[in-house]
Amino acid sequence: MIDEVLLDLLHIELVNTLVTPSSNKSELNVTELENVGHSTGYRLIERITKDSHRFKDELDIMKFICKDFWSVIFKKQIDNLRTNHQGIYVLLDHRFRFISNISSSKQFIELMPKYLAFSCGLIRGALGNLGFNAIVTGEVVKPPSCRFQVQINKT
Amino acid sequence: MAKQVKNLDSKKISSDLFSLTYGSLVFQLIKDYENPEDVNKQLERIGYNIGLRLIEDFLAKTNTPRCFDFKDVADKIQSAFRMYLGITPSITNWSQGNDEFSLILDANPLAEFIELPDHLVNLRYSNILPGIIRGSLEMVQIEAKAWFMQDYLKGDATTELRIKFVKKLEDVMPQGED
Repeated sequence: MIDEVLLDLLHIELVNTLVTPSSNKSELNVTELENVGHSTGYRLIERITKDSHRFKDELDIMKFICKDFWSVIFKKQIDNLRTNHQGIYVLLDHRFRFISNISSSKQFIELMPKYLAFSCGLIRGALGNLGFNAIVTGEVVKPPSCRFQVQINKT
Repeated sequence: MAKQVKNLDSKKISSDLFSLTYGSLVFQLIKDYENPEDVNKQLERIGYNIGLRLIEDFLAKTNTPRCFDFKDVADKIQSAFRMYLGITPSITNWSQGNDEFSLILDANPLAEFIELPDHLVNLRYSNILPGIIRGSLEMVQIEAKAWFMQDYLKGDATTELRIKFVKKLEDVMPQGED
């Protein structure tokens, strides 16, 4: 077992190393960070689902992501899951660990989105391995509360 | 006491998560830099930055007093490995002046799933570890060098991390502080 402080610090360095200013100055390029999350999630879900039963349906998988998958990473479950039953899911985490140590004053709110990219990638990678092509976006609602929107593309 | 142990445990995460995240990072850096030497440097730098912060956590959690000599430092590094990575490396091969020693890692949680392909023989996969050691020692006014002497991933018998004391950093202390 590894101390979670190490993961927190590694995550800070992931953000510092991989997030680069994009050509459009006001936006940041988080693609690489998202990709690192993706390949981590893709491999991690395989380790976690090793002994689990076969999933019934899409909703069953999303519940697994919110409970088991999230717990492995953040030691807590997603607080709220909503869906329109047409492939859109909204995951709410009231205390998202990667931003819980950042001051919630206005000055820093702009910096927060880049701390979500890795986790968006994690979700996308996990779903990818389970056979779903998804678009995952994250936004900070009211720090340290976060919302992840998952849109599953039916092909 | 029992409660404290439980509390500590709840701060632990699976080593799979950490090693997979680290692996993805290394993979991305290899794509970005291509030259393994540059990747080694980046990993060391990342480790250094982590070390700068990690030492605060270590001091806060362990209440460690000042170290008397480098042997003392070696013991502290060993216990940090146990605390953060869950492994206990053995301390050996002290140099004559007691300013240089080796840590033998029987298991390396970072490299659990790793095999190095032939074209990356120069990659020091776990180079984050010497970086962390250098960074954290620098924050307690010790300039040290750390590097891998042997690596299991490269076909050596063990993984050996060498740490050398360079000097005490007294000049950089801010004025008015002890």
